[in-house]
Parts: sequence; structure tokens; C-alpha cells
Amino acid sequence: METTNKIRVLIAKPGLDGHDKGAKIVALALRDAGMEVIYSGLHQTLNQIIQTATQEAVDVIGLSIMSGAHLPICKRLITMMKEQGLDDIRLIVGGVIPYQDIPELKEMGVAAVFPGGISFEDIITGMNKLFE
Amino acid sequence: MGVAKYTKDEKGAIKEVIYQSGIKVKPVYGPEDLEKAGFTYEQDLGAPGDYPFTRSLHPQSYRSRAWTTRQYTGFGTPEETNKRFKLMIANGQNGLNVAFDLPTQMGYDSDHPLAEGEVGRVGMAIDSLKDFETAFAEIPLDRIGSGLTINGVATIMMAMYQATAEKFGYSKDQISTTPQNDILKEMIGRGAWIFPVEHGVRLVGDSIEYAVKELPKSNPVSICGYHIRESGATPAQEIAYAFEIAKAYIDTVTARGIKPEDFVGRFSFNFNVYGNLWEQIAKFRAARKLWAKMLKTEYGVTDKKKLFLRGLFGGGGSGLTKEQPENNIMRSAYYALGAALSGAQTTALCSFDEAYTIPTPRSALLSLRTLEILMDEVGLRDTVDPLAGSYFIETLTLEMEEKIIEEMEEVQKWGGMTKSISEGFIQRKVSRQAYEYEKGLQSGEYRKVGIVPTSESGNRPEQETQKTDVELHEYNQEWAEKSKVNLIELRRTRNDKDVSDSLKALEKAARGTDNVMPYLVTCCHAYATVGEMAGVFRDVFGEWNEPEFY
Repeated sequence: METTNKIRVLIAKPGLDGHDKGAKIVALALRDAGMEVIYSGLHQTLNQIIQTATQEAVDVIGLSIMSGAHLPICKRLITMMKEQGLDDIRLIVGGVIPYQDIPELKEMGVAAVFPGGISFEDIITGMNKLFE
Repeated sequence: MGVAKYTKDEKGAIKEVIYQSGIKVKPVYGPEDLEKAGFTYEQDLGAPGDYPFTRSLHPQSYRSRAWTTRQYTGFGTPEETNKRFKLMIANGQNGLNVAFDLPTQMGYDSDHPLAEGEVGRVGMAIDSLKDFETAFAEIPLDRIGSGLTINGVATIMMAMYQATAEKFGYSKDQISTTPQNDILKEMIGRGAWIFPVEHGVRLVGDSIEYAVKELPKSNPVSICGYHIRESGATPAQEIAYAFEIAKAYIDTVTARGIKPEDFVGRFSFNFNVYGNLWEQIAKFRAARKLWAKMLKTEYGVTDKKKLFLRGLFGGGGSGLTKEQPENNIMRSAYYALGAALSGAQTTALCSFDEAYTIPTPRSALLSLRTLEILMDEVGLRDTVDPLAGSYFIETLTLEMEEKIIEEMEEVQKWGGMTKSISEGFIQRKVSRQAYEYEKGLQSGEYRKVGIVPTSESGNRPEQETQKTDVELHEYNQEWAEKSKVNLIELRRTRNDKDVSDSLKALEKAARGTDNVMPYLVTCCHAYATVGEMAGVFRDVFGEWNEPEFY
């Protein structure tokens, strides 16, 4: 990391779903917790997300997914990140994620999963742990 | 406790209650409260069915007719959706409320790269008229009205609905459709916008104008305070912002030389039922009154029926929890009670499992039964506006009216709704409130049964392994494949010249000032796809850039 040890995170809304309350309030919570937060805006393609993450030199990409498409989306993003040598960026996911999908997400390389209903504190603690 | 702010003394007695809209509630109300507020029966209530309709739109309300139930339905292929429509109708549902998948909502065909993984997921996939013909097969379109939850491409789906009805031998004056068609609220919450604000509003204007002239039984716009509330607005803001959005649409249609009197009767609303019970009831009663007053005094509307605030009061999604999902069954029943006590004309409930999945037939029917129990079993049809005259409810209704007016004035200070959204004023305010509320919920300042405040829960690793009995709705990859195969077949068999001619005519209308609706109907009959029609609009109008939200 650079001169500061602040975690830089891109909160991103991939795909066509427009339910952004969760993404926005988590962005506000992470900012209040001292992280540097960039919010992607809606309807982002995975290419756009990778581009923003690279430009902004983030440590973490946080995807917010409500539509149920978290498995295919994460799988594809991880493949793309590997292809572009971005293995050092951690991928985390939040949204409407059934608990039974968490093992599969972790197996494919998602660093942490924060399903709806989890507290800000747990998210922040979980994210800090990734950098211990 | 609940969504309101409660202050307690050391013994646990409640000292102060402040509702989300900012109203302080007293421990006891009496006649002096109504006197202080200058309450009179004639001016503030009137008989049910009389101006200002605080009590009810109709003199007999549920005595003459129970509410209409419209559970939100649609998933997978048009065939699957058609089966579920028939199941819900066979079980007593008397209107449809159609869900579309995200590619359809965003104007992309099922084979577009951005549609991957989303085809048929959160609603049914529609590419062309063929799919509508399948989805509505054997549905009596002259008897069953359909709400279409579509916004960015609402004009296209309205045209599609008309074309389908015509194919089935109905005339356009027999059918009743209510597309959601509220693009401004999409820009505050829900996010299924495509085009820049001014073009989005123009399309809403086109559809209203067309419905006034050609679709006498259809309601071209359903203004949704609902999603604004879900995004973090207070109940007073929910109504205020919806009314300011309505004014933006009224202004755009009036600018075409059509009098408000000729079209405002076609507006309907979609409002939320979650939150404090009394605050919701007061909200709906105040909203009916304020809408009628506003149309009468500001827009000179005189016909009584055109002053009605008609709509769906239901849903309640934000009130439901992922924790202990079965509690949502009870929560929804109480929300529905609030809707019934407010005289909701049309209703629907979120299903208890929606934090996990698209509702299964079991959970969707459970919602329908909850609504039936209120009407048919426990007595909500017995008498009109049973809470009228309550010192508390009437005082609260007056206070809600004042709060709503205050919130509307703030929007006017910002320069009206269109500007407030373009500049992001509303989005920032609502997101900030949502964040503050969520913090309060987590700290225990607001109490929600089943949610343990962070301060008491310590580290909660059990969350990750928590098991529930929710049965998950399965996403079927074959739906996408089937839609793609159908598209290939469609493109092979349709008349290419009809398609390209109709799309060219549409483009010309979009670039000029012609109403796009008749051109869209022609495109639909020619089997142009949703992606092709929306593509024309994308080329002509461009896409919206969201303002920064913090």
C-alpha cells in the first residue's frame, strides 16, 4: 500500500439491477469507518468495473448483487481479474446471497461474503481482517 | 422499538415517541387536540365518497367491493408466467401485476451480452409480441386488468399489450393496463432508468397523451412513492415526492395543450405499507385529501371522480427481515391491516421469503390468503373508515398533511422534481436517511424483532451458517437458451421489410415531436424486438448519467 494505510474500495453495481440502497449505505458506512470509497454508479459491465478499479488503484472491489446472479457474475469477474493480473485486488460480495451459496463463492476466490442483514461492524471487521 | 424513535425512562416507561415523518406523539389525545387544530368534519373529512375523500373514495367502500389483489408475478419464460397467472386467477386473484426480467426492463433482447445470467431471473423475459401472446394466452383481457411493472420501456410494453389484445380479437377500448411508467422515481430508487431525464419524461408524456386519446380504460402511469420510501424516504416524503413527480408529469402533458381535467383521472399511485401502523393510516388518509385539494385548487379540476387518489397500497418489502423470515408472515399481515384500515383500493404483499428468493407458489398464495382473511374473515368490510373520529387518528392525519406540504415545499425550493433529480438533491437526502436508519437499527435505537443489536451480539459468526427453512426458487438456465432459440426463429420468419420500415418510422417520431405510441404499436405488430425499439430510443436520446450521491 501507498503512503496511507487506508483501505481503498470500489463499491460496484454490476449488471442491470438498479437496487442501490444497500450499495450506497455500505459505501457511506465504509467511508465513515475511514476507508476511501469510490462508488461505481449503476448498470456497470464487468469491464467497466475492472477499469475503474485499476484507474483508482483500489485494494478491494465490493460487488452489490440483488438479482440472484451472484455466482455467474463473480465467476466471470474473477477470471477476468486473473487474466489481467489483478490477483492482488480482493473481491468481496454483498446483497441477496443465500447462505448456502457462500462456500461456492469462497471456493472460486471471493475473499468475503456479506449477505443482507449483516451489520456494518461485521463488514468493517471482516474487511480489516483481509489486510491483517 | 419499531421504526419510530422511542425514549424511555429508567423503568422502561415510554417518555417520548417521534415518528419517521418527524411527528411527536402524545400519550393521550382528546377533543381539545382536534379543537386546537381547527378540525371540522365538513372541511377535513366529509362523508365517505365526498370531497376531500379523507374517509374513502366511495360512499360504501369495501361494503360494495372488496379490494383488488394483485400479487407481483412473473419469472422465466412467458409459458411459465402464463401458468402462474392462471394459478393466481384460479385462486381468486382479480388483477395481474406483471414482473419483467432485467434485460426486458432495460430494453435489451435475451441474446444481448448484458443480458447474460439475467434472462427470466427476476421476471419474465419478453423479446417480441410472440412472447406476450404466450404470456397472456387464455387470459380474459376484457375482464382482468394488468399492472405492468415496467418504466424505462413502458411505452414499448403498453404498445405490446395493445397489439396482443388486438391479436386476440379485443379492441383497444376494452383493455385495461396500468404500466408503472414512472421514470422519475426510477432515478431516485430502483434504478431501471435508461434515457436522460427530459427524454424519459417526454416518453411518459407520450403515453399519457396516447391513453387519453386511444385507451379509455387504461391508466398510463402509476406514480410510485413506494420505491422512494424503500430507498430511505420518510412516509411524509414518500407522498410529497410522489405528488411532486405527478406535478412534473401534469406539467409536461399540459404543455401539449391537454387540460389536467382530461387526464389526471388516469393517474394511479403505488404506496408502501411498512412502518408504524398509525403513521401509515394517517399518511393514506392525508394523501387522499391533499391530492384532491391540490388538483382542485392548483389545476382547476372539477369532476369529482378525477380527484380520486387511486392506487395500490401494499408491498412493505423494507419492513421485512432476512433474520427469522417466518416473522415476515405476521409483519405483512399487520401491514395489510393498516392498508385495509386506510381503505386501500388495490393491494399486494411482499412474500415472507423475498429476502432470499423469488416467491414460490406456496409463499405467493400465503400472501393472497393473508389478504383474504382480512376481507372475508375478520371484518374489515363491515363499515367504512372505522377509525374516523378518533382523536388520535384525526390529529395525526392533520399533522401528516402539514408534514407532506413541508416536504413538497422543499422540492419546490430546489426548483421542482425534475431539477431535484437531475442535480441529485433527492437521491443524496434519501440515501443519507437510509444510512442513518440502518445505523439506528443496528445499534438498537430502532427495534426490529429478530434483529439483535450489534452491541449485544458480539461477534456473530453463526450468521454465516444460519439455516432457514426457506424453499428457494430455482433459476433455470434453459429459460435463457429457450428465449435465444425463439429469437433466432423470430428473426428468420418475420417480414424484415415491415420491421425495418416500422423502426425507421419510429426513429423519425422519436427525433421529432410526434407521439411515439402509434409507431410502437406498428413495430410490435411487425414483431420488432424490445431491444430493437429501445435501441432506436438509445440512439436518439442517449443514456442518463447519474449525479454523484455524496
